[in-house]
Amino acid sequence: MGRRALILAIGLLLLAGVPPVAALMNQPFYLDLIRRMMIFAIAALSLNLILGYGGMVSFGHAAYLGVGAYAVGVLAHHGVDSGWLQWALAIAASALVALMIGAISIRTSGIYFIMITLAFTQMLYYLGISIEEYGGDDGMPLATKSQFSGLVDLGNPTAFYYLVLGLLIACLWFSHRLVNSRFGMVIRASKSNDPRTRAIGFSPYLYRLAAFVIAGAMCGLAGALLVNQTAYVTPEFMNWTRSGELMFMVIMGGMATPAGPVLGAFALLLLEDVLSAMTQHWQIILGPILILVVLFARRGLAGLLLGEREGGGGSHG
Amino acid sequence: MAETLLEVSQLRKSFGALAATDGVDFEVRAGETHAIIGPNGAGKTTLISQLSGMLRPDSGRIRFAGEDVTRLSAPARSKKGLARSFQITSIYRDFSALDNVALAVQAHAGHSFRFWRPAREEAALREPARRILEDVGLGARAEVLAANLAHGEQRQLEIAMVLATRPRLLLLDEPVAGMGIEESSRMVGFLSTLKGRQTIVLVEHDMDAVFSLADRISVLVYGRIIATGAPEEIRANPEVRAAYLGEETA
Amino acid sequence: MNLILVLEQTLNGLQLGVMLFLMAAGLTLVFGIMNLVNLAHGSLYMVGAYLATYFYQATGSYVLGVLLGLSGTLVVGIVVELVALRTLYERDHLDQVLATFGLILFFNELVAILWGRTAIFSSVPEYLQGHVELFAGLRYPFYRLVIIAVGLAVAGLLWFVVARTRLGMLIRAGASNRTMVAALGINIRLLYTLVFGFGAALAGLAGLMAGPIHVVQPGMGELVLIEVFVVIVIGGIGSIRGALAGALIVGMVDTMGRAFLKPMLQTFMSPVAADTTGPALASILIYVLMAVVLALRPEGLFPSRGS
Repeated sequence: MGRRALILAIGLLLLAGVPPVAALMNQPFYLDLIRRMMIFAIAALSLNLILGYGGMVSFGHAAYLGVGAYAVGVLAHHGVDSGWLQWALAIAASALVALMIGAISIRTSGIYFIMITLAFTQMLYYLGISIEEYGGDDGMPLATKSQFSGLVDLGNPTAFYYLVLGLLIACLWFSHRLVNSRFGMVIRASKSNDPRTRAIGFSPYLYRLAAFVIAGAMCGLAGALLVNQTAYVTPEFMNWTRSGELMFMVIMGGMATPAGPVLGAFALLLLEDVLSAMTQHWQIILGPILILVVLFARRGLAGLLLGEREGGGGSHG
Repeated sequence: MAETLLEVSQLRKSFGALAATDGVDFEVRAGETHAIIGPNGAGKTTLISQLSGMLRPDSGRIRFAGEDVTRLSAPARSKKGLARSFQITSIYRDFSALDNVALAVQAHAGHSFRFWRPAREEAALREPARRILEDVGLGARAEVLAANLAHGEQRQLEIAMVLATRPRLLLLDEPVAGMGIEESSRMVGFLSTLKGRQTIVLVEHDMDAVFSLADRISVLVYGRIIATGAPEEIRANPEVRAAYLGEETA
Repeated sequence: MNLILVLEQTLNGLQLGVMLFLMAAGLTLVFGIMNLVNLAHGSLYMVGAYLATYFYQATGSYVLGVLLGLSGTLVVGIVVELVALRTLYERDHLDQVLATFGLILFFNELVAILWGRTAIFSSVPEYLQGHVELFAGLRYPFYRLVIIAVGLAVAGLLWFVVARTRLGMLIRAGASNRTMVAALGINIRLLYTLVFGFGAALAGLAGLMAGPIHVVQPGMGELVLIEVFVVIVIGGIGSIRGALAGALIVGMVDTMGRAFLKPMLQTFMSPVAADTTGPALASILIYVLMAVVLALRPEGLFPSRGS
């Protein structure tokens, strides 16, 4: 702990200060923007569990954003607007889908794993498109925001903001405990040296599957948040390019560091916003920037800012 | 008469047209240190990989402590007490030495579906790990990142991890590979303290190590065991001299 | 469900299959030899379609359009290899995926800048249009027959090159042992560039042939690419045989599924239910197939690498 925790705490405090500052400056847009970034930060955090710490290159993680969002959207469509129920279902459904996809995919590795996770996500995407009842191609608006029996009103931007911030902190804390637990050590060991891990007596499959499910569930929560943020859901939530973006958030922020994905999410979304304000053809600039990041800045922002080593070891927490 | 701990019958493994293991029979008695020597390309590492479970034989049988383990995976064999060290050092480079050994301890300390408590704070894992590091002589280097250890120290770390899995039989694949004279003799010295307490199958090129540690030696040539016996017998065996030792003195 | 319809769909499945094969062969060669996972393969498909369409319209000659389109894609492929991909051979798959993902964004936007975001119209010349009467009652588009013929010819050519020529030997050797091939004094860099260029040309060919029948727009490559992934996973990576088998299987299953699943479901479901489940199931059928193959044989049907 120590310096890194301090910087993280400062960052979180800054985030907490955004609503009052935005109100002062009379720019509610910033509230919306940063809240969106935090939601993606949660999604990136979940991917980091399996990609950063576990070395599992899942190119299909956006699927769980979609599953979580649709779980909430579909329930709202049918008149169930209890946030408790919706979000619980979003998490459960994502976990279940992750279990099914993971059970098959994790038996493979390397490039197979990448292609298979991508293919399964695309399958869900096509499924989403073909179900007309829920908007098909165009998706559907969110009938009503999730209701939490008066505890939190998601219609209130500031309240929603603090809820998201709270959940982000909770997820950060949960990730931190997870990666340092026995379970986390096995996952990290398996990434570091798989043959050695088997030789000392671990069978990685179940551990990796469990990690995959946990990551999916956390991302499902992000999906539930996202649909409330955008007030609509479309199959585009599960677009494979979204998966690529999530991976970039993890990389840019610095893999296998607790706060890296948060930094990465903010950095990538900020970059996209800035570029798209400059030109409608911003992707032609983003593409090469991403390539350069991969070629030259692999340690990510966390690495640059804090002099981090990538990897699982050392005596830090 | 010591019991047979490891029994290998008619083991065969081919890669395409190459028969790397061509009908290997041998047995290892409990408590003995049994060395396997042979010229390069004889198939020593392939054999060890089949014994440890990383490679599936095409045919043949491996019995460990009376149980047929031929179809068991590497993790399962490790759980039964069959431990293996690698010829090319295979450790967790981005973890500390202590973390490395603690992981090996953890693999045999119940299940690891524990999600909350930091593993580094579990005395049940750290204490045994520390003790084993002391035993192999790395006590002072416990907190050092494995990648920053000297080559010889990394080999020691391998051995430490092997010992941490509470093995009944150690499969050591060239434990002194790449070590200088001093480091080698230290390692050999340490391994000789294990003699009798542990059953060891030792694959080695270094003849000094082999002859000072081995109770029995088997000679592997082109995937077949051509001789098994006490060191003096092997030294005198003409076939062996021709195939292996003969090459060295030529 | 009559025989004519089944035959027609079989031919359609074959046509889709050979096009998937052209893509899969290039991708699997590049992966097998250079250990490079190239997501931008779909972009080369797109470039082929756009260039051929553009040159056909610019010159008025279809043949010229095809030739310029193919060579243009080849050039683009080689430039990409020299500029961006060389450094990726040594990197791990994650880096390759991310970097080529960046390439996709770049190419999609480049195409959008040059030709707009909406689909452009790509046509075939008169002499390739029209139908052919194959036998009583079955009239099949001539162009699609040409595609099938071209695809099978390329498959034959590939088999010949890989199995019977020195270059093919190098390719197979390189696939199983890169350092050995380099140690033999073969110019590895040149070999890699050639292989990559060849793969790019195959992708471009698939793209330009697909142009008139599918939609030519930014992002068209990625939709095909993911189907190609399914092909490779089913067929087994690194092997041309696997690519062909996988492509034909996927092509058939996908086409037949889309054509016959709804009518089949209607035999025991209400029309309304079949109306929704039919297309939905058809669109995910190949992924379900992939899952089944993986459950039974995780390495695919004809894997070339022993792992």
